Amino acid sequence: MSSKDIVLGRVRRALAGAPADTTPYEQAIARAYVREHGRRTTEQTVDLLAEHLADYRAHVHRTDAAGLAGLIARLLTDRGARRVLVPAGLPPQWPAAVDATRVEDRPDATHDDLDSVDSVVTGCALAIAETGTIVLDAGPAQGRRRITLVPDHHVCVIRAPGQVVASLPQALERLVPTRPLTWISGPSATSDIELQRVEGVHGPRRLDVVLLDDAG
Amino acid sequence: MSSTFLGLPSFPVAARESTRDGQLRANLRHATHTIRAKRAVAVGELSDWGELRAAGAAIKDHTLAHLDHYLQQLEQAVTAAGGHVHWAADADEANRIVTDLVHATGETEVVKVKSMATQEIGLNEALAAQGIRAYETDLAELIVQLGDDRPSHILVPAIHKNRAEIRDIFRTQMAAWGRPAPQGLSDEPAALAEAARLHLRQKFLHTKVGISGANFMVADTGTLVVLESEGNGRMCLTLPETLISVVGIEKIVPTFRDLEVFLQTLPRSSTAERMNPYTTMWTGTTDGDGPKEFHLVLLDNGRTDTLADTVGRQALRCIRCSACLNVCPVYERAGGHAYGSAYPGPIGAILTPQLRGTATELDASLPYASSLCGACYDVCPVAIDIPDILVHLRQRVVEGGETVRGGVKTVLEPAKGHTTERAAMRAARWVFTHPAAFAAGRRAATATRRLHSRRLPGPGRAWTDTRDLPAVPAQSFRAWWQRTHTTKGGTP
Amino acid sequence: MRAALFLTCVNDTLYPDTGRAVVRLLERLGVEVDFPLAQTCCGQAHYNTGYRHEAEPLARRHARVFRDYDYVVTPSGSCAAMVRDIHPRLGGRARAEGRGDGLARDLTGTGTRTYELTEFLVDVLGVTDVGAYFPHTVTYHPTCHGLRMLGLGDRPRRLLEAVRGLELRELAGAEECCGFGGTFAVKNSDVSAAMGADKVANAVRSGAEVLCAADNSCLMHLGGTIARQGTAIRPVHIAEILASTREEPLRLPATGAPVHMTVGRPGTEARARREGTHR
Repeated sequence: MSSKDIVLGRVRRALAGAPADTTPYEQAIARAYVREHGRRTTEQTVDLLAEHLADYRAHVHRTDAAGLAGLIARLLTDRGARRVLVPAGLPPQWPAAVDATRVEDRPDATHDDLDSVDSVVTGCALAIAETGTIVLDAGPAQGRRRITLVPDHHVCVIRAPGQVVASLPQALERLVPTRPLTWISGPSATSDIELQRVEGVHGPRRLDVVLLDDAG
Repeated sequence: MSSTFLGLPSFPVAARESTRDGQLRANLRHATHTIRAKRAVAVGELSDWGELRAAGAAIKDHTLAHLDHYLQQLEQAVTAAGGHVHWAADADEANRIVTDLVHATGETEVVKVKSMATQEIGLNEALAAQGIRAYETDLAELIVQLGDDRPSHILVPAIHKNRAEIRDIFRTQMAAWGRPAPQGLSDEPAALAEAARLHLRQKFLHTKVGISGANFMVADTGTLVVLESEGNGRMCLTLPETLISVVGIEKIVPTFRDLEVFLQTLPRSSTAERMNPYTTMWTGTTDGDGPKEFHLVLLDNGRTDTLADTVGRQALRCIRCSACLNVCPVYERAGGHAYGSAYPGPIGAILTPQLRGTATELDASLPYASSLCGACYDVCPVAIDIPDILVHLRQRVVEGGETVRGGVKTVLEPAKGHTTERAAMRAARWVFTHPAAFAAGRRAATATRRLHSRRLPGPGRAWTDTRDLPAVPAQSFRAWWQRTHTTKGGTP
Repeated sequence: MRAALFLTCVNDTLYPDTGRAVVRLLERLGVEVDFPLAQTCCGQAHYNTGYRHEAEPLARRHARVFRDYDYVVTPSGSCAAMVRDIHPRLGGRARAEGRGDGLARDLTGTGTRTYELTEFLVDVLGVTDVGAYFPHTVTYHPTCHGLRMLGLGDRPRRLLEAVRGLELRELAGAEECCGFGGTFAVKNSDVSAAMGADKVANAVRSGAEVLCAADNSCLMHLGGTIARQGTAIRPVHIAEILASTREEPLRLPATGAPVHMTVGRPGTEARARREGTHR
């Protein structure tokens, strides 16, 4: 008998005697919780996102299409970045004004190659206002999971309000579960020492979030 | 279960030491009170907390009631997505599977992201016995590993250490494990975190095997979910070529949508944040992104025995948030080590005696490691009635009865060491069901009240070592009542 | 209105003054109080220690004794919770053990007619000002079962705030358990004592003369700690404060005297004199 059979057999014996329940799953759970906390205008939802990102020490910037290239260039210069990683599908105008060397992500790049990069610029799949969260799904302008992990500085562009949802339930509806997903809420942090929060452990120690106005 | 916890003293004996350790008491008090207050704020933000809590409990209960179905669905989905699924009936089997998988890669080092399941089974020790070195990468786990210590909290395993103690561990121990601590390392948390970053960086970049647990497994998509804060999780989950995840079978949720409940309740209950800094979700393997090989080890190790107990099974709802530890007055004073398992605090007091049984003195003492104050139940995000299960397990200890161990029905004898108590309880029950005897006993107590000492010999000393006994009054209430009120009608 | 007093075995034996206070208070408020002499114990200690089967006959007996009363009042949060919350579970467990519905049937109903004293005053009688007088500083410890299982909320506080002369002091960490926990106090005496010491320290820090609670078992643990420490604060059950009036005030014992107190009432004079509580 395989271990699978053993474990499944134990489960069935443990549950034996319980009345059969054939309710379809969609109806089995009372989901009385709300889809969104409070009511906000689109603008207020974006403001809430900005506020909650900042609460966890992400640096939040706002700009429009005209100002984007300049803002990205300045964020990289302020950080003293010399080598900047750009994923496939990043709109070419985003890093257009960047002085630093642009490094394209290659499938055969080693971890050390990644470690030699100062900053990375990406887009995202969506952002959640209530929790101050950015979600990356390895789609266009986002690249592989590791490129937003190894470099010490991440500039992430969110189209707002287009990519902004209010709540977690709304976010999950829009995501494809089988894509590799990375949820980011502020820079990496730890509270392991005396419960004192320290930002910046293994992931990027600085997270710049750019809210790119895509209204109208 | 792992040998790490064998031969440990019973809870009261271990707690006696910790209650007398002033430094430990101060560290624990500071930490638990800090996070307790933050949690209350984070939870207070959600107007529908009660509904989320109820939905979380319902999802877990439904999953457990159909666990065989969801396990098979999960296996199919993970396999279809390029992963490999292994089944482990107990700790030894899980350790053997993981060891063999690591051996197959030809590697002798692995990086680990904090996982309760691998701690429960003693994986690091099992790997070490086979010549494989496991590097813990969570900051607190690193502190514990370097200090040759044991974790004492589910979320913040080094909660019992303060900054100065941590600096000393880093200074003296880091060199033996890799990059030494920076010269002149201070005890500032930021400096200590930086030292950990430097120490672990090369290990993340060059270790080819990662080992993790998971917070959730989604049955219909085969997606695994890990919540973390530092980025060490992302490192271990995405940089190695081979990823091995050891996960308890109760970690399943039926659908991706179910995460909308737990991703709201877990971070707020655990780190008291709206959302933890990083969450990784992966489904099997993805070309060019993350590990090329993914192995999922599904762990039973007492979970099906727990499932067989209709009262105790709700402990399997646990999402390991540790909110119950942070509000527990007993945990705060006894510390995590006294619980003698990977699972300290109230949840440990109900989970360990179910996963391991109640055969050892330690495990039989755990259900009593609570004043039944109920603070744990109040904060539990999946509404586990911990006090109810504690009492239920106390009954298993003192009355014995039918239970399941290793999938086999067993009849437990009442535990030894409770003989006097059992006799006293029976005698008390007899007296209370014979009011004449109760009244006579009351009169005897009053008649001899001058002889009653404020300090008792024998087991009673446990009370009178620190507390006086109340004086026995001259007249019981019922004596007074009979004298003053019985003319008015008395009893029905 | 007629109500049965479910005093609890601990109060009957060790804290008769609390019982007398409840009677006095309720009679003052126009309630006809009955004390069914057949009452003994609700089975809480047995149940909480793991002797569920020993608790069953006690629960059954309790239900029988109080079966014919519309209102059952008890000055104990934990015993009220035992009857209201746990007794129905005993029936359910017996049924799950294949022992039929008998126990469940016997234990149905009493719980919903059982009120902890402050609930009875506020919810049933609809009073918060009970006409009490107690010119002392008081800090209130909400005991766990009253707080969490019964959800007493601010009822005790509202009652205390309405007492003439009483000044309520905030208790830091009020909602933390005092460490009594029944047999926990003996089985885990070190942790229990540490919890008790912390609770007493917070109470002392409040600056109050009196530490008040709605459960004498917790006060027995705290009072024992206080007496051993020789601390000045004095434990008093809320019923005794609410029973106290200008005409018949509750007198506090001198510092260092035994913690047991008495309401000034004919018949207790001799004992009160003996223990030095009258001046």
